[in-house]
Amino acid sequence: MPKFEYAPAPESRSIVDLAASYGLFIDGEFTDGGGTAFKTVNPATEEVLAEVAEGNEADVDRAVRAARRAYDRVWGPMPGRERAKYLFRIARILAERSREFAVLETLDNGKPIKESRDVDVPLVSQWFFYNAGWADKLDHAGLGPNPRSLGVAAQVIPWNFPLLMLAWKVAPALAAGNTVVLKPAETTPLTALLFADVCRQAELPPGVVNIVTGAGETGRLLVSHPDVNKVAFTGSTPVGREIARTVAGSDKRLTLELGGKAANIVFEDAPMDQAVEGIVRGIFFNQGHVCCAGSRLLVQESVAEEVLDRLKARMSTLRLGDPLDKNTDVGAINSAEQLGRIRDLAATGDDEGAARWSAPCELPERGYWYAPTIFTGVTQAHRIAREEIFGPVLSVLTFRTPAEAIEKANNTPYGLSAGVWTEKGSRILSMANQLRAGVVWANTFNQFDPASPFGGYKESGYGREGGRHGLASYLEASS
Amino acid sequence: MSERVDVRKTYKLFIGGAFPRSESGRTYEVASSRGKFLANASKASRKDARDAVGAARKAFGGWSKRTPYNRGQILYRVAEVLEGRRDQLVAEVRAAEGVTERRATAIVDAAVDTWVWYAGWADKLSQVAGNANQVNGPFFNLTSPEPTGVVAIAAPQQSSLLGLVEVLAPVLLSGNTAVVVSSYERPLPAITLSEILSTSDVPGGVVNILTGDIAEVGPWLASHLDVNALDLTGVDDADVARDLEAEASVNLKRVLRPGTPTAQALTRITPFLEYKTVWHPIGV
Amino acid sequence: MSKTLTAGLDRLPGVDQVGLEARAAQLSTRSIKTTSKQWAIDLAISMVDLTTLEGADSPGKVRALATKALRPDPTDSSCPSAAAVCVYPDMVPFVREVVGDRLHVAAVATAFPSGRAPLEVKLADTAAAVAAGADEIDMVIDRGAFLSGDLAKVHDQIVAVKEAAGSAHLKVILETGELQTYDNIRRASWLAMDAGADFIKTSTGKIQPAATLPTTLLMLEAVRDYRIATGRQVGVKPAGGIRTSKDAIKYLVVVNEVAGEDWLDPNWFRFGASSLLNDLLMQRQKMLTGRYSGPDYVTLD
Repeated sequence: MPKFEYAPAPESRSIVDLAASYGLFIDGEFTDGGGTAFKTVNPATEEVLAEVAEGNEADVDRAVRAARRAYDRVWGPMPGRERAKYLFRIARILAERSREFAVLETLDNGKPIKESRDVDVPLVSQWFFYNAGWADKLDHAGLGPNPRSLGVAAQVIPWNFPLLMLAWKVAPALAAGNTVVLKPAETTPLTALLFADVCRQAELPPGVVNIVTGAGETGRLLVSHPDVNKVAFTGSTPVGREIARTVAGSDKRLTLELGGKAANIVFEDAPMDQAVEGIVRGIFFNQGHVCCAGSRLLVQESVAEEVLDRLKARMSTLRLGDPLDKNTDVGAINSAEQLGRIRDLAATGDDEGAARWSAPCELPERGYWYAPTIFTGVTQAHRIAREEIFGPVLSVLTFRTPAEAIEKANNTPYGLSAGVWTEKGSRILSMANQLRAGVVWANTFNQFDPASPFGGYKESGYGREGGRHGLASYLEASS
Repeated sequence: MSERVDVRKTYKLFIGGAFPRSESGRTYEVASSRGKFLANASKASRKDARDAVGAARKAFGGWSKRTPYNRGQILYRVAEVLEGRRDQLVAEVRAAEGVTERRATAIVDAAVDTWVWYAGWADKLSQVAGNANQVNGPFFNLTSPEPTGVVAIAAPQQSSLLGLVEVLAPVLLSGNTAVVVSSYERPLPAITLSEILSTSDVPGGVVNILTGDIAEVGPWLASHLDVNALDLTGVDDADVARDLEAEASVNLKRVLRPGTPTAQALTRITPFLEYKTVWHPIGV
Repeated sequence: MSKTLTAGLDRLPGVDQVGLEARAAQLSTRSIKTTSKQWAIDLAISMVDLTTLEGADSPGKVRALATKALRPDPTDSSCPSAAAVCVYPDMVPFVREVVGDRLHVAAVATAFPSGRAPLEVKLADTAAAVAAGADEIDMVIDRGAFLSGDLAKVHDQIVAVKEAAGSAHLKVILETGELQTYDNIRRASWLAMDAGADFIKTSTGKIQPAATLPTTLLMLEAVRDYRIATGRQVGVKPAGGIRTSKDAIKYLVVVNEVAGEDWLDPNWFRFGASSLLNDLLMQRQKMLTGRYSGPDYVTLD
């Protein structure tokens, strides 16, 4: 028995008012979907939360037409300073309803309430607030005077940060003067649908934001719709590739935020306790369902043993369990399907001779769970060092020199993020220069901010989200 | 007495700073706009494209690591040499494009000026395209532009020199290396440019020029996993352009779609940049 | 020995301020089960070094404080005693008179709080305190020497005081608020442990900032790592500025998660405090009776 027990301190569910079923949000109204409704479940309990409509071809067309109408008649012609006010309103409402959003996100996604409450939802509000201020300052966005919005944006987002990804997509699109049709992920549609309610509360003109729920097919219909001007996708590299093929030869602008296999590089002179925290934050934050997760630990051989000892001790204090419990550090895997993928890929680690170590924690009987796990003795040739696991599984590799660290870090088709831990300033800058990745976290990891551009090199996609560069993805220069 | 017989030249490809023949051994006849035979050009093949990509990749590390000031100087030096070969270029543009001497002169002048304009961007790019970001926390946060890597370029078919400069210079200044497929019917100014590059300070492999048919070589470049970006500016056939763009998705190449190049514009530089954002805590 | 000492301390890993403070903030959001909270409050009470360090301290004042330390809640015999009473050396006999050998008596020696006196004076101060009955000595390090790089001097003084203290436990006050950087605090912690400290203590309470959660977290990392490296366990005492039960529980959470359960014991973790005790008592009464208590229901000494 531990001397000191933490409470189950569950956040109350009562703040969330779940309906039995949800429709599509098109032209300011909730409407039925033409497809086959599907269920969304709480991954921590397998309890069905609600039934959600599936958008079919006619629904997608209806949504795009509504967005086009709103773009032509209302949102496009509206002065930026007025658009800004709507976005500020949305930012404020999101902050006011933050607890409701946090609880709902945790229910639908399985992430710990600690994260939805302290990371996701505050960033969502911040994202709208930041972009709201841009709406009447587009002349300063770096594209010269009077940049133009693109039109109707088709946006498809993943299940790992359902509401945050919505904010990353919707806020800059609207600030720049576009209208949107957004498809949330099949397993996490609920916060997007609650966001529709926020749009109504803010009296956003109908059609400016449309939300069409569904699975992959609905997304395909949306991005291939001929009247869409801009496609923005966050998700897996294979789907991103398919979308790039789909829009080839069209006039559609495309930004893609895809997979990653980030190296988190720890030098012997690192601030060791913070580095261990950074490793933990890098791979176990959000159960490792993070495209920029530090899933490859590259540790200098001279301190490898020490770092691993410290890491294991730290991992032993991670609390896995009820995501609604405020003391939970590691929540549920988002779906049975994802759990299967993690298990399969981790099994290749065993098969290929890497040594597995998992944090000693009891997994709940119901729901989808995976204990925080590290593999040591991993080489670049292992599948677990090359493929994105998208789960709480860390591959540990070692290096001897900075050059070797760079070579291993860059030896991947991905290039989304990287971490560097050293107390030597000039080495940080040298590493940052050489790493082929869109975000480099030095002596920190997994930090996000609406003012900070985020996005990948190589097969991690193209375009940036966040900051001036993210805004520019929704604008074109006047010619 | 017979008239002097001119020395005809069989032009070769420009790969890795050298002038090899096409490994396929193929050549094709290049004629002036009036149909007069001008020269034989090598017709680049799949393997030539592969070699050119290899050379461009090899050169990327060194070229991208030079200081922007140094790249700017090297590129400016190219403009100096271009200016020195003005008469030859005017003659070639005249022959290729069938324009008056005056027009050809204006074109060559514009090409030199455009080259100078882009050369001057090298050490200003990060100040204009980068950003210091103020984030909501104790972090230093800086976004800087970086070159995307190896860029395959379909040069314009009609504008044989100016069009080429307008697509090539903006790619190079940021530190990218290039594999260019020149105008098929009007390749001679491109070949002269490669001779100029080889005698200037541009390191071998930074620019590789293939004469040949984009429809034949393009798919190999579009599908090549070690090419990072594809500039389709010079692809006139919409179906070919679509197929190349679709093929480029294999490794998520950055693609610039066909169109008339805008002379001297930042928007020609930015499609071939990556933005890297570096975070660091601020503490004592 | 001073060169090897300095070299050893230089090899300590650096501390990133932002990361350390973020970790402390994260741990302070833990919430505790009610039964654990009762246990934690009693544990916290038993860890208090009930302290008065004023120029106006008198025999009457410290006798009252000692009585309070023995029986913090006179109405409830199940309430644990504090760990010790902490006073100036000349007040030690009056405390001992009240507590006998039922509580520890700590004396701040070595020209507390500034430490600015010749070594002989510091040693005499220490010896006098022990002779008067103190079984714990809270000494201050020479921050001036530390900041000017004379680590050997700091080290040797601790060794000398430890010797003068004899069998009394030695708590070494780093005065973290004056050391300024976390790197210095980690280095000073190791230096004190190497010199024989039984406890490392954050502050005198006379300098702001005194104890903070990140500083304590850092010192807990130091004692954890020191035990791994040498096998010897050293205690930690945050002092100054911890006033509420809520704060005390945050500290215990940090102890639990950073150093581990072995330190959740008055022999290895103390709070240097005065007003904290009453807040703990009021919170204890609230948990037992279900009513919020008020200052009239705890003794003011």
